[in-house]
Amino acid sequence: MKEIDLATILAVFEEMLGPMLWVLVALALLATIAFVFVLVRDRGLRPRRLVWAEAAGVAGGIAAVLFMQFVTSSSFADIGGPIDWVLVAAIFAAGAIGTMVGIYALLGLGRWRG
Amino acid sequence: MNATAARAAPGRRALIAAIAGAALAAPFAARRPRAAVQTRARIVIVGAGAAGLTTASRLARELSGASITLLDRRREHLYQPGFTLVAAGLKPEGYSVSTTAEYVAPGVRLVEEGAAEIDPVSRTVTTDAGQRLAYDFLVLATGLVLDYGAIAGMDVARIGENGLGSVYAGPAAAAATWRAMSAFADRGGVALFGRPETEMKCAGAPLKYAFLTDDILRRRGNRGRAELIYNAHARSLFSVPIVAERVRMLFEDRAIAVNHEHVLTAIDTSRRIATFRTPQGAKELGYDFINLVPPMRAPPVVRNSPLRWQSGPLAADGWAEVDRHSLRHARFPEVFAVGDVAGVPKGKTAASVKWQAPVAVDHLVATIAGRTSDASYNGYTSCPLITRIGRAMLVEFDYKDNLVPSFPGVVAPLEELWITWIMKEVGLKPTYLAMLRGRA
Repeated sequence: MKEIDLATILAVFEEMLGPMLWVLVALALLATIAFVFVLVRDRGLRPRRLVWAEAAGVAGGIAAVLFMQFVTSSSFADIGGPIDWVLVAAIFAAGAIGTMVGIYALLGLGRWRG
Repeated sequence: MNATAARAAPGRRALIAAIAGAALAAPFAARRPRAAVQTRARIVIVGAGAAGLTTASRLARELSGASITLLDRRREHLYQPGFTLVAAGLKPEGYSVSTTAEYVAPGVRLVEEGAAEIDPVSRTVTTDAGQRLAYDFLVLATGLVLDYGAIAGMDVARIGENGLGSVYAGPAAAAATWRAMSAFADRGGVALFGRPETEMKCAGAPLKYAFLTDDILRRRGNRGRAELIYNAHARSLFSVPIVAERVRMLFEDRAIAVNHEHVLTAIDTSRRIATFRTPQGAKELGYDFINLVPPMRAPPVVRNSPLRWQSGPLAADGWAEVDRHSLRHARFPEVFAVGDVAGVPKGKTAASVKWQAPVAVDHLVATIAGRTSDASYNGYTSCPLITRIGRAMLVEFDYKDNLVPSFPGVVAPLEELWITWIMKEVGLKPTYLAMLRGRA
């Protein structure tokens, strides 16, 4: 690919997701801001809350991988070379981190002390 | 570490942070938008497919005050790379269809008429409605024509019936081909694949369809009841030797038989017999399913104009005689050709358009601005060569038959990979649409 820059990537995702792109970006921003807010307010991580968020994160990662297969005509049997496993890991990581941050922030905002 | 801290304590960590920041920022550095060139030039673009729309969008961004006219009678825009997915039953017919108007850049005038005649001496294009458009610069983006008439006995209206498939003829034909192929996959029998001896768009597509048919037969447990034969027009399966060799191995693995130097000349769609020209004379092959790929030529408006190649291998089918690196016409320097109609040895894919359009636009704008351009098209073409549903090979090559992978060392070009399938199924269409708008 020639000219891979932020503007191109943005253009491609706009075509792919339409207005949903901005909803997703807003959600990700909100979750991050809420997460940071909770961290600052509590002056650090709350271990039990973190464990629950991590557990949810694992589920989120698995869901992300399954979602990718659901929206495409492909399955685990199609994973071929090492880069395919890297992609699976990246999709899992994105789903896991996103869910973890979101759930931790939600639990924190709900004043769940845990 | 924030900027103030970095300035206050310019230690090793600050330096590393600065380097890391610069490294991260580099790929995202905005393309420096060049100031638009002021001009009153009249530019006519013949054809509003992938090449015409992309060129128009880029010209509209780089020029100010120009009159840019896009000429095309067809109102639908066809996302042709999607035809294979439609013909594999994976996407509905509508997946490939949108409207031209939605991609026309502001400031570009779309005239919904066809080009009937081009006179490069008087610099005019006459439309099929009789309108005469004078131009200072002309961009040929007509695409090509599918010459079904060259196959004796072929009737496009019968695609989808009696085992006759032809993915190329359009979205409806792709869907009809799927119905024919699916019925074949339930029964088994003999399936024929192949390609014409002319230049063609996406030379990987006929190969893909052989692989897909094999895969669907296997999924339905009927592979043992079917014989798949690929009729290559030449002695090899693909123009790029290293790719041809890889496909040969994969065909062997999938038990797809190969006939070399078999060119389809006639078809009896009722009796299901295909006739080929071979070095040993005419040869008939019966079939239960065939994916017929017709000869492809430049449209008459170019083929019957002085703009065509006058001699050499690209003359017979009337491709536009342009320099293979600048895409500027050899005899009429104010004329360019982008996309399928360009008479260059490779590059009749959407990926070629993505690489060609910026080059032709840069040369055209440079001429207006009174400078020279060093932009050069190297023949880049890309083909996500599907080898089964869920896997593909990202084959990219240039004029010299070199592999030119976009992700060297990361996405192996000759490996059947899931990531390549994901690119094809998820990433390609949005990238293509962004290209039409001049944004990718």
